[in-house]
Amino acid sequence: MALISRSTSTCAPLFRPLTLFSLRHVSTDTSPITVDTSVPFTSHNCDPPSRSVTTSTSELLSFFRDMSLMRRMEIAADSLYKSKLIRGFCHLYDGQEAVSVGMEAALTKSDCIITAYRDHCIFLGRGGSLLEVFSELMGRQAGCSKGKGGSMHFYRKQAGFYGGHGIVGAQVPLGCGLAFAQKYSKDEAVTFALYGDGAANQGQLFEALNIAALWDLPAILVCENNHYGMGTAEWRAAKSPAYYKRGDYVPGLKVDGMDALAVKQACKFAKEHALKNGPLILEMDTYRYHGHSMSDPGSTYRTRDEISGIRQERDPIERVRKLLLSLDVANEKELKDIEKEVRKEVDEAIAQAKGSPAPEPSELFTNIYVKSFGAEAYGADRKEVRVTLP
Amino acid sequence: MLGIVRRKVCAKGLPVTVPGETLRFFRPVVHALRNYSSAAKELTVREALNSALDEEMSADPKVFLMGEEVGEYQGAYKISKGLLDKYGPDRVLDTPITEAGFTGIGVGAAYYGLKPVVEFMTFNFSMQAIDHIINSAAKSNYMSAGQINVPIVFRGPNGAAAGVGAQHSQCYAAWYASCPGLKVLSPYSSEDARGLLKAAIRDPDPVVFLENELLYGESFPVSAEALDSSFCLPIGKAKIEREGKDVTITAFSKMVGHALKAADILAKDGISAEVINLRSIRPLDRATINASVRKTNRLVTVEEGFPQHGVGAEICTSVVEESFGYLDAPVERIAGADVPMPYAANLERMAVPQVEDIVRAAKRACYRSVPLAAAA
Repeated sequence: MALISRSTSTCAPLFRPLTLFSLRHVSTDTSPITVDTSVPFTSHNCDPPSRSVTTSTSELLSFFRDMSLMRRMEIAADSLYKSKLIRGFCHLYDGQEAVSVGMEAALTKSDCIITAYRDHCIFLGRGGSLLEVFSELMGRQAGCSKGKGGSMHFYRKQAGFYGGHGIVGAQVPLGCGLAFAQKYSKDEAVTFALYGDGAANQGQLFEALNIAALWDLPAILVCENNHYGMGTAEWRAAKSPAYYKRGDYVPGLKVDGMDALAVKQACKFAKEHALKNGPLILEMDTYRYHGHSMSDPGSTYRTRDEISGIRQERDPIERVRKLLLSLDVANEKELKDIEKEVRKEVDEAIAQAKGSPAPEPSELFTNIYVKSFGAEAYGADRKEVRVTLP
Repeated sequence: MLGIVRRKVCAKGLPVTVPGETLRFFRPVVHALRNYSSAAKELTVREALNSALDEEMSADPKVFLMGEEVGEYQGAYKISKGLLDKYGPDRVLDTPITEAGFTGIGVGAAYYGLKPVVEFMTFNFSMQAIDHIINSAAKSNYMSAGQINVPIVFRGPNGAAAGVGAQHSQCYAAWYASCPGLKVLSPYSSEDARGLLKAAIRDPDPVVFLENELLYGESFPVSAEALDSSFCLPIGKAKIEREGKDVTITAFSKMVGHALKAADILAKDGISAEVINLRSIRPLDRATINASVRKTNRLVTVEEGFPQHGVGAEICTSVVEESFGYLDAPVERIAGADVPMPYAANLERMAVPQVEDIVRAAKRACYRSVPLAAAA
């Protein structure tokens, strides 16, 4: 049972501009309350933060809404993929929403986030719109990458989101590079580089971590441990699946990644640490309900009981729902209304995205270079299609 | 027309006296050169690269250099000599021997808006980082539809040195130049080195800058214009090093020197060769190459790298596609031998194009064939 206490002193508002909703007056109540995380943090080479997290009812409601939106978005993407409106790869994040939402609660848009290909919800958390998500997934002009990237290549540079990367592990050195640049520019901000338990064994991760520690870079490596690298369970891929300890000289923290408040606390702690003491590893113990991608049923290497068990015991949205009900912030019907609203939002965005056209043929040849110096590019038959690059 | 007159400066940099002028030895601090008023200024390629790096770092605080031994060691080949003292360890960074890691870090810094110059001790080691060069750098502007551009330069020695064996002698021009989103430059002379490196550092896109270890110590005359800190050469433009009318010879990097020597020999036999220094492998200056072939009607492509799917293959196809009717002879291709680089000096000599190979090919293109050499 969560320990709750209310503080009557005024505090900086935790209101998140992403969501708007009208419930009873409690919805905009930003006065601080304290909630305990599900489990205490386990640490490696550092003192863990307290398990008592300062939050507010308005923040908890926004967690609920944002995670419900993300959940609905991913399930809708599943249907779109099965109707062949989304092609190629589609890696869904449902089950892991608390990591994105808790992280955003601890960061600002001057901080950077970089992740691999399971990026739809991270993009949304950084301020991206549903329309941009669905349009990009369907390869349309209104997509965040104008339809030229696809599921794995969402970016939102103005909000500090640097993608969206298809090569497992590559995003970790890139993220350390972002942290390098933040330090070089004296921006007093940090970078969170997300990777999975599969990527955790990549050599380049250790190369980048070594440099980040040597040069004191404000980089936080976040292992989203959903326990399976595609079809390979962590114990079959890693001699040591204690990913938070694998930084050796770099401190680490193990976090219940299904508890948005624990994620928020850990990220807040990590940001403070990184700005003073260099890199840190966060291991988020999380779970994905879908298979690795839409071409993986996800049930050949795990039991249906395991999946439904997690859904029953640890679902991130259910956790917050129970918390909101127990705090008497909202009743069942009000929460269901939020879910209905969110569903409607998603359906409308999909309808709008379907109306967005495919890119113009001329877009084949744009954005290859910023400055092309009049270079030419060619189509499959260069005597037929030959273009001076814009 | 600036005649190409090269006087080799010996390894220790002692001045060599030539009748009529004295070679002046230039230090990396370029502004001191302005005090000399007479005769051709000369710079080694090393000095040219060093001065270009120095000037670009001075002009733009976002430019920084990282790589193995670039700082305290002054550069494995001394290209970055003096830069650590001048710009400090925040801007000249010694990295561990972890190409995948530090190249990824460089690309990430470029995503954020800095302008990294990543040095590979040789391009052979770039293979450890090639995923970041291609997938993280070259393709990002396209995949993000223009949101994330990558103003990074990857530079270092490319191709064969002397006696360094198979793992340290490969030429990467063809591999990198096939990739859309990258620019690939390869200087020959000191003027090329200065102008192209400055252009590369200022460029908003990822540039692969292929130098040559054996050229670092070679000295070339440089114009006053080239010594100015605002000097820049255009990307995508080849240079006609020597005009001619009978046969076109294309080359880049060290092979330009060989091609020019071959042209001298051919001239004695009454064959006037036009030598094109490509400078830019991607974008390739097809217009200049084709215009030259339309004039001479014959073509010899020269490169150091492996022949299959090489730079010469692309040039040949480009000419066949655009200027077929102008060809009076099949296109000739001189390239490195189709073997891993051997160590023994005699075998190594056979594995890399020699001047006589270029001469022979040019004569074949002119239907002035030389008796077949004895079988190897």
